[in-house]
Amino acid sequence: MLNPNEPIQRTAARRQLHTFVVYAEDKPGVLSRITSLFRRRAYNIDSLTAGHTDVPGVSRLTVVTESDDAEARLIEANLYKLVNVLRVEDLTHVSAMKRDLALIKVRCNADARPQVMQMIEVFRARIIDVAPESLVLEITGTGDKIDGLLEILQPFGIIEMVRTGGVAMTRGSEATTVHPHFVHALVPQTGN
Amino acid sequence: MKRTGAQLIWEVVTREGVDTVFGYPGGAILPAYDALVEYKNLHHVLTRHEQGASHAADGYARATGKVGVAVATSGPGATNLVTGIATANMDSSPIVCITGQVGSTVIGKDAFQECDITGITQPITKHNYLVTRAEDIVGVLREAFYVARSGRPGPVLVDITKDAQNQEVDFEWGDSPIRLPGYRPDLSALPEEYDRALKLLSEAKRPLFLAGQGIIMSGAEEELRKLAEAAHVPVALTLLGLGGLPTTHPANLGMMGMHGEAWVNTAIQEADLLIALGMRFDDRVTGDLATYAQNAKKIHVDIDPAEIDKNVKVDVGIVGDLRAVLTTFNERLKPQKRDAWSEYIEKSRGEAEQHDILKAAEPGGLYAAHVIDELRKLTGDNAIIVTDVGQHQMWEAQYYAHNQPRTLITSGGLGTMGFALPAAIGAKMGCPDKEVWVIAGDGGFQMTACELQTCAQENLDLNIIVINNGYLGMVRQWQEMFYDKRYSETPISSPDFVKLAEAHGLTGARVETLGDVPGAVAASQAHKGTSLTDFRVVAEDAVYPMVPTGKALDQMVRRPRKTPAIRQDT
Ligand SMILES: Cc1ncc(C[n+]2csc(CCOP(=O)(O)OP(=O)(O)O)c2C)c(N)n1
Ligand SMILES: [Mg+2]
Repeated sequence: MLNPNEPIQRTAARRQLHTFVVYAEDKPGVLSRITSLFRRRAYNIDSLTAGHTDVPGVSRLTVVTESDDAEARLIEANLYKLVNVLRVEDLTHVSAMKRDLALIKVRCNADARPQVMQMIEVFRARIIDVAPESLVLEITGTGDKIDGLLEILQPFGIIEMVRTGGVAMTRGSEATTVHPHFVHALVPQTGN
Repeated sequence: MKRTGAQLIWEVVTREGVDTVFGYPGGAILPAYDALVEYKNLHHVLTRHEQGASHAADGYARATGKVGVAVATSGPGATNLVTGIATANMDSSPIVCITGQVGSTVIGKDAFQECDITGITQPITKHNYLVTRAEDIVGVLREAFYVARSGRPGPVLVDITKDAQNQEVDFEWGDSPIRLPGYRPDLSALPEEYDRALKLLSEAKRPLFLAGQGIIMSGAEEELRKLAEAAHVPVALTLLGLGGLPTTHPANLGMMGMHGEAWVNTAIQEADLLIALGMRFDDRVTGDLATYAQNAKKIHVDIDPAEIDKNVKVDVGIVGDLRAVLTTFNERLKPQKRDAWSEYIEKSRGEAEQHDILKAAEPGGLYAAHVIDELRKLTGDNAIIVTDVGQHQMWEAQYYAHNQPRTLITSGGLGTMGFALPAAIGAKMGCPDKEVWVIAGDGGFQMTACELQTCAQENLDLNIIVINNGYLGMVRQWQEMFYDKRYSETPISSPDFVKLAEAHGLTGARVETLGDVPGAVAASQAHKGTSLTDFRVVAEDAVYPMVPTGKALDQMVRRPRKTPAIRQDT
């Protein structure tokens, strides 16, 4: 998380994919506040996923963006400026699992089917629908792995596909970040 | 106790210590205006345009340090606030805007005067809310005030549906919790950061403080003065930082940046350490970033972590409230002397005076500098000067001497023409005992001149100076310098400002010669009630020095020395 107490790290301006886990209050417009921040500060979004957490009222988002470390720090600091954002964790430099899910509808008749099934075995993809001229595959994995499968399916003809975008979690027994329970922030009393 | 949502709005506003609000009624905010009648201790100023209301709230906030409040109806009322909100956002001014919204059951149906104002203002507010239930009004408004004024201040908009204003609910002040679990306005730095900063400072031979509005917002003026004296470090100020250290203080070098003093910009380029205090390295302050202060190590102190390393990469970043940070600096600092460095700067300051129009033996006409210099002489340290945007704004910054904080109110970040008059109305309402002066250009004044009638209705005592050069002067200057003098749409006509003032029931005067300036300024000052003085100044003067965009800070265009003779008497 953002720690103003940590000296700012000077690292090479190498651009790479940064994965942020963002906890936010589940309030109307929160998603739009976050995307609007990326838009107006000209940060790019590679993918963004959002969903509920085990804590009622708290959403968890995963934002993948291509940036260098200095920009990533600014993205984190700017996310914290959104009043509804509870916690931000940049998982780029920690040991974490990153997964993406894709559904792929590929052109495939009975003749081609054994060949496709053999190849997808290697990728541990599953067939979830079979039609005379097509298959629908489901695959989870890193973005690279899904890209790899797509490449080998390309010659058969991809009719349609959908990807969720990345989600991520740190390894080990620790939570990815401090559990963002709703706490009552200390607010000075005014009025009478 | 039963209360309507409309009443609850004013319950919160008055309990937050607000005595004046600025606004304009309409359909969706009618219930709130109806309830307002009962709140006799709350004064409502009816501006003539909602933009005026948001600027007035901003001026009130900047003059007093309290939260300013603007009120408007849905749709066009709300969209008219937008320029004022963006202005407040860029300059971190704490305002709360309360807008009426159509009934919650017709939201999304394109109802009459429906407008998604929370969507529109999302990128230009610190935070905003849509309230559809009366029971949420108190909690949300209290949050709004708290968010607006805490941490790095900024505008907050609260959009309240008409049905929420009409609903009756049980009201107990203590029952409305503020829940801001993600909001962290109070970050602070570790001792190690101070160690690194103090070490850099003690090693520096040519250090400079770059002080911005943060000094004034956190009330750190005294700490800055002590620090500058003990560390023997000169202080350069940003436009919004003027007043953060008295102009008369020997350590105060003056303003930096595009129209900053030549010796300040040169000193920045030659410094070996810059210590930025509550400023954000705006492009108008740095010039070309690739050539900016290349020899200097940099320390940046700001309350907003997202400012550190944004424009200028720094060696030490300290996040925290400036007053606390500077207090720590003062406690830990060992006094030092840096005579060679101060003498060097003083020498270049002396040389630069040759370019000063005030020192010209025969200036050859009435210049804005003469008017502002006279104003400086006749006003005390506590007068508040509210400027518009353009050449006159820069001349004010160069020639007026701000010796107290919150005595300059100007739109810095957004550069909003039309800001001055409504913001001055807000400043005067907030500080009725202070003398308030407007300095506006002939162009910008016409953008919000309708607010003259607000001055009349409120019986305000404002002093308005129009620097009338017949041009959108600042744009004309750019056309002169960078577009081959093709004055495309910059000559601008004006109404007879004297008659305009009189038509509003106010007093007006016109000044065309240098000799009439002192009398006119004194007359305006003596007059009880709003007076407008139209100063006809040299039409094609330019603001010097000027760092052209994309140029290094020390590559300044200087005032041509047409009149080399220097007056000896000043
Ligand atoms: C609302 C708005 N529109 C346009 C501009 C661009 N602009 C900046 S300075 C300026 C000229 C201002 O002219 P005037 O008010 O006469 O002041 P002067 O520069 O002549 O002192 C203009 C058009 C602006 N800053 N704000
Ligand atoms: Mg003009």
